Amino acid sequence: MFKIVLKEELAPKIKLFKVLAPEIARKARPGQFIILRIDEEGERIPLTIADFDVDAGTITIIFQEVGKTTDLLGFMEQGDSLLDFVGPLGMESEIENYGTVVCIGGGVGVAPVFPIARALKEAGNTVISIIGARNAELLIWKQEMNQISSKLHVATDDGSAGLKGFVSDVLAEILDSTQVDRIIAIGPVPMMEAVCKVAPGSITTMVSLNPIMVDGTGMCGACRVEVNRQTKFACVDGPEFDGHLVNWELVKMRAKMFIKEEKEALSHRCGEGECQCHRKNEK
Amino acid sequence: MSQEKRKIIPKKQPMPYQDPGVRCSNFEEVALGYSEETAVLEANRCIQCKNSPCIDGCPVGIDIPAFIKMIAERDFAGAISKIKEKNYLPAICGRVCPQESQCENKCTIGKKNEPVAIGRLERFIADWEMAQGLESTPDITPNGKKVAIVGSGPSGLTTAACLGLKGYQVTVFEALHVAGGVLIYGIPEFRLPKKIVAREIENISKLGVDIRVNAVVGKLNSIDELLEQGYDAVYIGTGAGLPYFMNIPGENLNGVYSANEFLTRNNLMKAYKFPDYLTPIRVGDRVAVIGGGNVAMDSARTALRLGAESNIIYRRTIKEMPARYEEIEHAMEEGVQFEYLASPIEIKGNTEGRVTSIICQKYELGDPDESGRRSPIPIPGEVFEIPVDTVIMAIGQGPNPLVPQTTPDLKINKWGNIMADAETGATSMKGVYAGGDVVTGAATVILAMGAGKSAAQAIDEYLQGAK
Ligand SMILES: Cc1cc2nc3c(=O)[nH]c(=O)nc-3n(C[C@H](O)[C@H](O)[C@H](O)COP(=O)(O)OP(=O)(O)OC[C@H]3O[C@@H](n4cnc5c(N)ncnc54)[C@H](O)[C@@H]3O)c2cc1C
Ligand code: SF4
Ligand code: FES
Repeated sequence: MFKIVLKEELAPKIKLFKVLAPEIARKARPGQFIILRIDEEGERIPLTIADFDVDAGTITIIFQEVGKTTDLLGFMEQGDSLLDFVGPLGMESEIENYGTVVCIGGGVGVAPVFPIARALKEAGNTVISIIGARNAELLIWKQEMNQISSKLHVATDDGSAGLKGFVSDVLAEILDSTQVDRIIAIGPVPMMEAVCKVAPGSITTMVSLNPIMVDGTGMCGACRVEVNRQTKFACVDGPEFDGHLVNWELVKMRAKMFIKEEKEALSHRCGEGECQCHRKNEK
Repeated sequence: MSQEKRKIIPKKQPMPYQDPGVRCSNFEEVALGYSEETAVLEANRCIQCKNSPCIDGCPVGIDIPAFIKMIAERDFAGAISKIKEKNYLPAICGRVCPQESQCENKCTIGKKNEPVAIGRLERFIADWEMAQGLESTPDITPNGKKVAIVGSGPSGLTTAACLGLKGYQVTVFEALHVAGGVLIYGIPEFRLPKKIVAREIENISKLGVDIRVNAVVGKLNSIDELLEQGYDAVYIGTGAGLPYFMNIPGENLNGVYSANEFLTRNNLMKAYKFPDYLTPIRVGDRVAVIGGGNVAMDSARTALRLGAESNIIYRRTIKEMPARYEEIEHAMEEGVQFEYLASPIEIKGNTEGRVTSIICQKYELGDPDESGRRSPIPIPGEVFEIPVDTVIMAIGQGPNPLVPQTTPDLKINKWGNIMADAETGATSMKGVYAGGDVVTGAATVILAMGAGKSAAQAIDEYLQGAK
């Protein structure tokens, strides 16, 4: 069992957990993810590691309540335990001194960008960050990102914080005036795709893909993506790839694989039959 | 000889099965098992050959005539101890071993009649023991040495049990959240109930073996780190879990699964109980399973139970199918359709990216290849289309690369299999052994167990010598 030692609500429907998992914390690197399962009936879902603390032995995860499992996760309280927590999975981010790197986080994607941006800064890069959300209320970790960035830009769809517009608009402006050597973008698929459209093909633009997964160890192929026309398993070959080479249509299509079932699971009401949802953890 | 004179019942005592019309829509076990009376009758068909050819056919060398004699004499407790001298997972082997090509294939009675039903008797006696709740734990004196086992499939579990019995402090590291390997995630409930696997594993835990799930070696700790942390030896039994695809157009459409994904969703994650269990699965009305092995049969029979019309598409004919005959027969009885001499060349989908049909090339059999099997040759122009909603690729699996990737000194061959001595399992690294599917490529439960056993022996010799 893996104890939730801290729960924080960062924004409506966006929550942060610090989970006690000392062995994983010791090994975790920026860019990697974990897979968790809440209880016996639960599904295995991947979440990118937002931070890790070797001394406290914790892994930080941040999630938005967008489906059945993240909803259930949101109901868990500090002190509760997750049944399974496995990682660190996937390849770590490539960290080198590239020169100037633009780090872009959209929505909850700001969380996984944070440890990458921090590592890039430690490696000697000039880190320019852009974070965005639909509105000011949904903007997370501005403080944290500010600390590790030479310059932080903020964009919201409605202009309630920072610039009114998309993170990709901000990127376009930066590219006009600054020599950029590498871009990292993590967030919703349309955002990552937009960033790749704005970024010239000559600048490596790493994105972190979050396809449907089961095991996360290369055993099932549920996480198939196409990169440079080749099929890759995102859980072991990724999750980061050069976004210029990603087949985005396929990414969007495969995300809809179980759309009907996801709705069914959500509408499967509590208190009926064997339904165990929203059950408090008794341990 | 007097035993030759005894009148032999020509056929095996029949196995009671769930009716095909009923079982095709449930996940309960298909074969119901012998009763005591039937088991004793069957045991009496054994003539106790002096040269016991059946033992030669058993990869772990169970004293088959001895345990059968005890069943005939109703010494059931004796019979199970006899088996457990050599095999720690009898309830599993009795169900899934290909006895028809092993012990039963060599049985003297089998020359003129049906062989003694050794597998069914093995299953009977293991189930009998479980029902009695008699499983006993032997006294073990710890010897102070530590061994790490990577992977909790039949190979790793067998090594763990052997070394645990010898007093080693054994830790098994398993990547998934449940131990058992293919026995848990691959082979379906209706063929091997998960309760039985769990029970056998519990018995191994009782030997003091520590099984750690959610531990991906190579990500959490590498093999080198395990050795540095004080493990005196390591056994790698990580299996052949990497699914192969065909590289044909349309293979990444929604509705195309690897057999591993399809079976894992069902067996490990219990998707057949969705939405009470939250892992979804979708099969639609019509499913095509590509392949002709046990994995293909299991996938097709699972799809059928989820309510779909299920079709196996295989490049050769039924004669060349690598699946156990019993499994093919069960699949046919349940209503799985078979399309022989055909192989997909393209999968088509609709605008939403969902599978709508599969296009197949028709084949004929040519001359036998090096393996002795007649190889299929495409018939020019003979191409046909089958409308389907789901395609399951069951064309084979390779070794998972995670461990070799993170263990530079470990030698692998060009297919990625770990290179290990056939007798001892010794690898290119001192103190590191390997066996099972990760060495041989996808094979059988019993061969994986056999490899685990020999490696345990070799590890014991290595560590006792290395005092
Ligand atoms: C669907 C299906 C049906 C089959 N039917 C039969 C049958 O009827 N009869 C028969 O004899 N054989 C059958 N087989 C084959 C048989 O199951 C295998 O040969 C056998 O399980 C191999 O055992 P193993 O211990 O080598 O590997 P596996 O059973 O594959 O176990 C390997 C374990 O290692 C774990 N692992 C992998 N990498 C790591 C890592 N880095 N760190 C930690 N753990 C790791 C895996 O998660 C897995 O649990 C079938 C196989 C399948 C897939
Ligand atoms: S070969 Fe057949 S008859 Fe002879 S001992 Fe073995 S099981 Fe009995
Ligand atoms: S999630 Fe199963 S292979 Fe990637």
